[in-house]
Amino acid sequence: MYDLLFAPFAEFEFMRRAIVGMLALSLGAAPIGVFLMLRRMSLTGDAMQHAILPGAALGFLVAGFNLFAMTIGGIIAGCAVAIGAGVVARTTELKEDASLAAFYLVSLALGVLIVSLRGSNVDLLHILFGSVLALDDATLILISAFATVTLAALAVAWRPLVLECVDPNFLRSVSRAGAPVHIGFLALVVLNLVGGFHALGTLLAVGIMMLPAVAARFWATDLTRMVVIAVVVAFASGFGGLLLSYHLAAPSGPAIILVAGLIYLISLAFGPVGGLRRRFAPGRHLEA
Amino acid sequence: MTAAVRFRDLTLGYDRHPAVHHLSGAVADGALLALVGPNGAGKTTLLKGIVGLLSPLSGAIDRNPSAREVAYLPQIAEIDRSFPITVYDLVAMGLWRRAGAVGRIGKSERELVERALATVGLEGFEDRAIGTLSGGQMQRALFARLLLQDAKLILLDEPFASLDAGTVADLLELIRRWHAERRTVVAVLHDYDLVRDRFPEALLLARSPVAWGPTAEVLRPENLLRARRMCEAFDTHAAVCDENAA
Repeated sequence: MYDLLFAPFAEFEFMRRAIVGMLALSLGAAPIGVFLMLRRMSLTGDAMQHAILPGAALGFLVAGFNLFAMTIGGIIAGCAVAIGAGVVARTTELKEDASLAAFYLVSLALGVLIVSLRGSNVDLLHILFGSVLALDDATLILISAFATVTLAALAVAWRPLVLECVDPNFLRSVSRAGAPVHIGFLALVVLNLVGGFHALGTLLAVGIMMLPAVAARFWATDLTRMVVIAVVVAFASGFGGLLLSYHLAAPSGPAIILVAGLIYLISLAFGPVGGLRRRFAPGRHLEA
Repeated sequence: MTAAVRFRDLTLGYDRHPAVHHLSGAVADGALLALVGPNGAGKTTLLKGIVGLLSPLSGAIDRNPSAREVAYLPQIAEIDRSFPITVYDLVAMGLWRRAGAVGRIGKSERELVERALATVGLEGFEDRAIGTLSGGQMQRALFARLLLQDAKLILLDEPFASLDAGTVADLLELIRRWHAERRTVVAVLHDYDLVRDRFPEALLLARSPVAWGPTAEVLRPENLLRARRMCEAFDTHAAVCDENAA
């Protein structure tokens, strides 16, 4: 049992680094995922990810495999798309999803164009699939810093963020916080996706954000509990995925996301809140 | 007479087409005003203008700055009822001006929330998710939130649509209390009997103002007929309004 679950972490430093990285990612990304889901923006993370890729690739082309160049490139590209889409959605008739689609597609095309113009045959596999087993100090600190910023920002903006989700017009009638909170939230999405791509790659980073959130939906009717459950599910996926990849010698990023997917399927089947069990085996009705 | 809200040759609308056309006048401080008129007359638009959700096409709305916050109950509250939040938390949002984004919700605030819930008859619903409420219960919860907002100016857009008689009576009692507390209440209503009964002042709107004053005079048959004749649909190719002097 110990050999199976804990020995890999006790024995290898890269496993310990990986699990710490996953803990930081879980703390930041999972709560953001819950809010994305509740705002029916589950696919927004995906779109943002496409927007970030060119920025990170550009950083890679300019400075080589440099953590900060890629991070800053990703953040700039992601924030530009998020803010552009947010401003267009709030000032024109176009809805947020449509304007986001427009912006991220342009960003993606621009990125591909830049990469091909440079003509260098760069190996972007690293960016695409990440390397949770090769996190160095700088990357770990970066991911942890992003998680800290996320938690602090959520603590301060929790109420307006919830209000903006439940009853945006009410928030507009009592405060001007709506627009800044919304844009700040999108910036947090970008931050966590950029943090995530170092570990899981740009393609899978959104998985650790959304899968735990949608799994948590089946276990709680209360927002706070939902967020806590999502964090636990995210960390459990990281833990299980790392072990899976260690024992089976499988790539770690996909293993982590697959474990999260498995937890989602279990939640879907057995979760007490609105899951399949409630639908097909609801039990006898109550007295009142 | 101080005015809670003053309209100065106000035109509100969408895409240059007026929905409220050249409205002038003032809502007195402490007034209990019914806003009546056919569908599409601009009643909701006017409320949105007062709240500040819509900017005037021309003219202006002056709100008494001492009114602090406006409490606004929209006709179709765009509330996401699937959001995992309890009735208690929804009602407690009314404390925004008091607590803001990070202020403490302490003992006295909790007492206020509980009292508001009791006032609208929702004791025992504190921990229910908002998605489990019926239409009438939801409206009661929103009134509890209005209570907590403690605003000097309260705007209600068809607050009684599709409610049963008991709920309407309870909520009317709240409106009477607000009026007694010298708060300004503007309510969009369609039930003329109820308006005659409970609202001393009325504004009959059919895009342009038809009549504004004591309810009995405003709701005279000839006024109502005139309001009904004013056509609802706007003309896509309408010319620029020649009263656009300014």
